[in-house]
Amino acid sequence: MIKLIDIHKAFGPHKVLKGVHLDIEAGKTTAIMGKSGEGKSVLLKHVIGLIKPDAGQVIIDDVDITKVNEKGLNEIRKKFGMLFQDAALFDSMTVGENVAFPLREHKKLREKEIREIVAERLRAVGLSGIEDKMSSELSGGMRKRVGLARAIAMNPQIVLFDEPTTGLDPIMTEAINQLIIDTQNNFHLTCVVISHDLGSIFKISHKIAMLYEGEIIEYGTPDEIKASQNPVLVQFLSGSIEGPIKIV
Amino acid sequence: MERIALLLDQLGRSTLAISEEAGRIILFFLSILAWMLRPPFKAKNIFKQMEFVGVKSIFVVVLTGSFTGMVMALQSYHGFKLFSAESMVGTTVALGMTRELGPVLTALMVTARAGSAMAAELGTMRVTEQIDALYAMAANPIKHLIVPRVIAGVIMLPFLTVVSDFVGIVGSYVVGVGLLNINSGVFVRNIIKHVDTDDIFNGLVKAAFFGLIVALVGCYKGFNTRGGAEGVGKATTEAVVLSSISILVSDYFLTAIMF
Repeated sequence: MIKLIDIHKAFGPHKVLKGVHLDIEAGKTTAIMGKSGEGKSVLLKHVIGLIKPDAGQVIIDDVDITKVNEKGLNEIRKKFGMLFQDAALFDSMTVGENVAFPLREHKKLREKEIREIVAERLRAVGLSGIEDKMSSELSGGMRKRVGLARAIAMNPQIVLFDEPTTGLDPIMTEAINQLIIDTQNNFHLTCVVISHDLGSIFKISHKIAMLYEGEIIEYGTPDEIKASQNPVLVQFLSGSIEGPIKIV
Repeated sequence: MERIALLLDQLGRSTLAISEEAGRIILFFLSILAWMLRPPFKAKNIFKQMEFVGVKSIFVVVLTGSFTGMVMALQSYHGFKLFSAESMVGTTVALGMTRELGPVLTALMVTARAGSAMAAELGTMRVTEQIDALYAMAANPIKHLIVPRVIAGVIMLPFLTVVSDFVGIVGSYVVGVGLLNINSGVFVRNIIKHVDTDDIFNGLVKAAFFGLIVALVGCYKGFNTRGGAEGVGKATTEAVVLSSISILVSDYFLTAIMF
């Protein structure tokens, strides 16, 4: 369903991705982990076409999105929902307007139908009745959940999560983890999660990929990843400062 | 010799940077034009921006216009008195306001207020990934965010200029007739005699052009912000400076063409 083939990306002289190969299974949650600043968010943005690679292909349902025009790319994007790191809610809109935005943009629905869908999506993320609140009034955890409600408003096939639990307390982290699991099950989604939160990754993922120095160095089930003898992976999972991963 | 070479190098780099920036702004403007013509048309967004750019700038425009007219009356009175031509004070202020000061000062005030706000708001949206979120939802940010602001700038600046012209002339009347004892009937008759509709119309055409500059520069700088809070601050400052300079420079060329 999603294939990343030999992705290269540099920003000026700084090479971030140096030949990433990754197949993401449909209907499963795949996590991409790595240390801070490794390029995980950059890789995620390639999947939805927010960043174009310098070389390589991004295949979504047999379509190479690096070669389509804007209209074609927008058609592909309608299959996606995305939860950004800080939710990226529109400051000038209420919670209800935020969640309704993709519905008003792409569907010809009556206001009553839109309100019902918005209420249902907010109920699914445990935030009933807050449609009239402004996004600036929300806590970090609430923002993430509203962002998720917006991401699933259009019944997407694929949802991308950029550091969904970063900055949250342990209880809210667990709540978001459970929400991702439930949403993936209930809506039969393909999920791609970017994180360096190991606890969350091992809880929610069917497959895990390790990004290191611009390449995927290991890819497998959580048990396979835990059992790996790759010294980079061993150091990363143990949290040790000794090993091949240097602290810059 | 080395210093001269360094100077030339710096001059060359600056010229290239300015040309590149000008080119990017022109491409940005062309993409705005393309999206302006594509339905659906978001009337609610346009009216919201017109309220922000126009209605909420009225107080500052009234203040600027009225005091400009009053000061012009004071200053010109002393010069005209040397030739016993005090009765021309009203005409001078009216011509000055409609042809130059109304459009230019209004545009500069709106730059400071609305142009900077556009750059700050769009810059904040950029650094908090709200613009990326629009792209991710297959919505074009130019259509949603930029087009309404540019339309609002082009439409509302002429209206604000009319307000500025009016309060400027009224201000000059209060000073000229009320304080400086110029004959009221002569004051008004001379204005009617010497101010053409062309003077007013060309001033409004300038205002529309300045409105385009204010919105285009503010939106361009905000939309292309990089670098967090510092980047937003930098974009806002650059938007006001570039917009102000562009208004003053284009004013010269528009005046040369129109008058």
